[in-house]
Amino acid sequence: MSVSRNPSDVDSILNGAGAAALLAAGIGCAVLGILALAGDASERIGSFLNFYNPTGTLSGVTDLAILAWLVSWFVLNRAWRDRTVAMVKVSVLSFALLAVGFLLTFPPFMDLLQGK
Amino acid sequence: MEISTHDLWTVLHGMGFGALFMLAFSGALAEIYRMAASGPGGQPSSRERTLLNFYLVAMVILAWFTVISGAYVVYPWYRAVPPAGTTDLADYPRRLLLSSGKTSEWHNVGMEWKEHVAWIAPIAMTMVAYVIMKYGRALTKPRHLRTAVLGFTVAAFVATGVAGAFGAFLNKYAPVRGGSVIILMEGEQ
Repeated sequence: MSVSRNPSDVDSILNGAGAAALLAAGIGCAVLGILALAGDASERIGSFLNFYNPTGTLSGVTDLAILAWLVSWFVLNRAWRDRTVAMVKVSVLSFALLAVGFLLTFPPFMDLLQGK
Repeated sequence: MEISTHDLWTVLHGMGFGALFMLAFSGALAEIYRMAASGPGGQPSSRERTLLNFYLVAMVILAWFTVISGAYVVYPWYRAVPPAGTTDLADYPRRLLLSSGKTSEWHNVGMEWKEHVAWIAPIAMTMVAYVIMKYGRALTKPRHLRTAVLGFTVAAFVATGVAGAFGAFLNKYAPVRGGSVIILMEGEQ
């Protein structure tokens, strides 16, 4: 994704750290949804995601989503913390990823994707 | 008056952490909206900002306590597998719901959505708290970042609402029971 300055949508302060936190939150939510779907669709993946038996697949789904969120936050923050990025693009992408998180955790939508 | 340890944890998860977190949204949304709508002129004083920061940190802690206690303390009791031949499923909420077509969708839709979507709230609120604390008064300038923060706060509220509402219904149709009994008070008779 381009993060070049664009006079129409950049902000007047260094927004990179905030943008990194925002996009990382979106990534965490999307990974949560994708893993929830994968764990539901495939018995093998569901079994792999069973990190803690009493909690089952949910343990792996949430642990890996948190890991993806924190790692992406760390990486994006290192890359953007001293920059001003195109916030509109970052916002749109973050909300799209958030929507993925909501949709892919909604069981009727998961069933629809799996043809159930 | 007595309560079981499983009941106590369920109450702590739902009412102690979850409901308190849900209640806190009204204050957070109002303050973030005020910051987003008022512009530089209507910004909070440094004392109000300190209070807002404490408020947001408390919300983040409550959000994480809610999902962690739910997933790692209460959920294992909810999904416990009954021994073969068990006919009374009262202590096995998931199996109890799935045993009838009239209640199975409370698990298949309600619990399956709740257990995942709830995690959006702490992730979103941690980001919201970080951005507000990092930028402080300067958050009046980056309009798109400010709007995104408000949007993620609303998303966290929706995720919490979904999880909380299904939690309340699930606890009505198949409450998590069991554990040792704690006697809170003795009656006269």
